[in-house]
Amino acid sequence: MSAVGKRILWSTLVAAIVCVAIALYIGLYLVNVPGSAAAVSTSSGTRLYLATVPAAALNDAHPTWVSYYAVNANAQDWRHVTTYVLPAKTLVHVTIYNYDSPSALRNNFFGQSSGTTGGVITLDGQTTKGINPNNASHVFSIPQIGLVIPLQGISATAKNPCSNAPCSLSNNHTTTTFTFRTPAKGLYRWQCFVPCAAGYIAGFGGPMQTVGYMDGFIKVV
Amino acid sequence: MEGTRHWRNVVVLWLIASLIMTPIVIFVFGPGLPPGNGSVEASGQVTDNTVLLATATPVALAVLVYLAYVCWAFRERTPEVILDGPAIRGNSSVQFWWLVVTTTLVLFLAGYGTVRLLADGAGGGQGPNPIAVPSAPGGGKPLVVQVIAQQWQFNYRFPGYGGVETNGIELPENTLVQFNVTSLDVIHSFWAYELGVKADANPGVNNVAYVTTKGPLLFHVRCAELCGVWHGYMFNQGLVVPKTQFAAWIARQEQLYAPATKTLPPYSKTYFPQPLRRGG
Repeated sequence: MSAVGKRILWSTLVAAIVCVAIALYIGLYLVNVPGSAAAVSTSSGTRLYLATVPAAALNDAHPTWVSYYAVNANAQDWRHVTTYVLPAKTLVHVTIYNYDSPSALRNNFFGQSSGTTGGVITLDGQTTKGINPNNASHVFSIPQIGLVIPLQGISATAKNPCSNAPCSLSNNHTTTTFTFRTPAKGLYRWQCFVPCAAGYIAGFGGPMQTVGYMDGFIKVV
Repeated sequence: MEGTRHWRNVVVLWLIASLIMTPIVIFVFGPGLPPGNGSVEASGQVTDNTVLLATATPVALAVLVYLAYVCWAFRERTPEVILDGPAIRGNSSVQFWWLVVTTTLVLFLAGYGTVRLLADGAGGGQGPNPIAVPSAPGGGKPLVVQVIAQQWQFNYRFPGYGGVETNGIELPENTLVQFNVTSLDVIHSFWAYELGVKADANPGVNNVAYVTTKGPLLFHVRCAELCGVWHGYMFNQGLVVPKTQFAAWIARQEQLYAPATKTLPPYSKTYFPQPLRRGG
């Protein structure tokens, strides 16, 4: 083969490899959909169990980041996902186990619950319309439907706190439950409103700006 | 003599094109220009946009007609012979009229813009000390609505109604509304498109924008300043409703959010949230 022929062959080969690599990169990006957890249908209705922790699991890409997890009714089976699949136009009973301490709200408005059935939540079994904003650890809010759920933090003097996910019910935690009616089919964003990202500017970087930690989607189907 | 004929042709063609296109711009395109007629100020902006476009039309046509004419009139008819044109040594008459026309246009636009700003205020807000305050329909004081931006939601506070804060907004019709726009964290922008407002929401700053509502309206609010990962989701809708309906709505909000209202700081034009326990 002549020198020119060899040059053309090599150029074509390199170009083909680059094209395949670019196609792979784009293709993998497009199919890289975050995982999700579906609500559980029980005899007492549709139920969703979540947990918030001061830091993700030690084997997580960001083991120091605060995060939400999907769990089961006994706070087991921890899955690091923040896309939750719920049926449309349905009453959903949500339980959130919070293992984190308070950070306080930037806007006290989010200390009051709204968008729930009866406009109330139960905090450790006690029905209430909200919490002291200074004791807020996190918020579970879906702005598009006006749902706001403040989560009270555990005491600063808790004897058995959980540092990293997964945690157990034997660790200090607060339990918040509420019921809300899901909207029509669609994708709804949820987020935390507490500036709880330790070490980041104004507490709103890192896990607050990364899907999969303190925000995600409600996929209503 | 030849040059005079060309100038006359260009001017005539430009006049004809302008006489055709300018009315089309004013009467056909004008009514459809943004942001629509959702408020008195928005209607004023439609008028302003129409005036600007109508002013720009003859200018743009002058360029286009001139370009098209010289391409046609001075095209090379014998391509085998390529000759450069005569050198341009300046034309004092053209320079004089160029200065006269452009100066007149710019001064007109400056004057028009100043008058309009003083009449309606700026949709972008006038900062903390507004100088152009539209008069309220029927007199009286404006309805003050504080827009509180935060990552990633707009909240609204009504100091005239016990300082209640809401996560939705309704406004009474035929009312002068004073938006006090601020932020609790980063730079946002309160863009109520149909109302003709697009006011920066800066932390520690009160940016005042006025709107005089008209009849019932559904308007869209979006953040117009890239403010973080969920910037694209920072939106909601608002309503302009009859005054009785607004009174009922705000009364419901006062009742609904009474617990939260008790925990809010006293109404202020700006807020400086306490240092964060865990923030960096």
